[in-house]
Amino acid sequence: MAEELKLHRTWSSPFGLRIVWALHIKGIEYDAIFEDLSQKSPELLQYNPIHKKIPVLVHKGKPICESLVILEYIDETWKEAPLLPQDPYEKAMARFWAKFGEEKLLPSIWSVFTGQGEEKKEALGLAVQNLELLEEQLKEKFFGGEKIGYLDLVFGWLAYLLDVFEEVIDLKLFDAGKFPLLSAWMKNFYDAPEIKEHWPPRDKLVTKFQVLHEKYQTANPPK
Amino acid sequence: MENDKVILLDFWASMLGLRLRVALAEKEIEYEYKEEDSASNIKSPLLLKMNPIHKKVPVLIHNGKPVCESFIALEYIDEVWKDKAPLLPTDPYERAQARFWADYIDKLYENFGRKIWSTKGEVQEGAKKGLIDSLKLLEQAALGDKLYFGGESFGFADIALIGIYSWFYALEIFGNFSIEAECPKLDAWDKRCKLRESVSKSLPDPHKIYELLLELKKTYGLE
Repeated sequence: MAEELKLHRTWSSPFGLRIVWALHIKGIEYDAIFEDLSQKSPELLQYNPIHKKIPVLVHKGKPICESLVILEYIDETWKEAPLLPQDPYEKAMARFWAKFGEEKLLPSIWSVFTGQGEEKKEALGLAVQNLELLEEQLKEKFFGGEKIGYLDLVFGWLAYLLDVFEEVIDLKLFDAGKFPLLSAWMKNFYDAPEIKEHWPPRDKLVTKFQVLHEKYQTANPPK
Repeated sequence: MENDKVILLDFWASMLGLRLRVALAEKEIEYEYKEEDSASNIKSPLLLKMNPIHKKVPVLIHNGKPVCESFIALEYIDEVWKDKAPLLPTDPYERAQARFWADYIDKLYENFGRKIWSTKGEVQEGAKKGLIDSLKLLEQAALGDKLYFGGESFGFADIALIGIYSWFYALEIFGNFSIEAECPKLDAWDKRCKLRESVSKSLPDPHKIYELLLELKKTYGLE
């Protein structure tokens, strides 16, 4: 019988999706609770009073917050189909690149999405540099090797959001010719059976990001 | 472990490096300390080779292989030298809590601490309030009436905070406020930690931190 396991998420958040993928890869049953972030549920506020964000995994009534912390919790609690490497050094490398993804790559791409004029140009240069560093890390089919692992789940958002951003801002961020390995990885990840049934609908994503983009444009009109 | 060569590339004032010095001392790991002068803008060839992406200390170098980022290095140390002084508990939920709080603690300097010594007026006042509010939350939600953040044993979250705490003396002078008065339980925790040899022998002289920050203010025209 499935243990009491709930995941508070939204339909589109890449942070929540990481957890969906992880649970699916490990064959773990759970209940998904979709949150409307403009009207957070009392349970969410009770389970994550500090950050009030999703995802939150609630296992037997106990909440775990922050997507990377949740991924490690899942890997330590359900040991089949391990996500992180077993070797301490390999594990440290995976965690290092995950941190790079969260603190450098994602913000740089987000800055391209929200920025304008000179700021956008600079952000684009930085984003491309960060993508180049990531391209160098791909040695096999996935970051995790032959199978999808922790780092693939952390970077998974690239496989579905990059081209949505490109369409919305009408700018080529990712030149597949320049990034053959990352390009192949994105396709392999996007189509992987454990992953592909969970993608949020693309047209809904485009609409959502179009609205967001307009908000940023009007808040900071080009000078 | 025999034939283990451990080098710590660090800067005497680094609150992040302090975490590793404490952990290595707790586990009685022999290592070679190499000082990097992070106050100057010159980066040593060793640092550039061992941390080409971020070019920052601390870097733990184990048998020639670098581990960067203080929490990642702490987890690495805990996994490799697992027989003595565990830094993280064994229970996955307790581990998730420790990692969650360490992440929360890690943001205190970037979000507030830095502004307390490098700004004035309203920005500084805002940062002071932010820091005190966050520390009070830590006191109440994370520490409570326990001896240490992890309970009976000194561990991961304690090590995370003790590094930042070493800068508080200087921040209190620049900000003209008392953290001790606002957070008595944390103050008691700090004094308790300092009774541990691993901490007392690793801590920098708080007066020297203050002098360093005075120098930096002059260098960057922040007076």
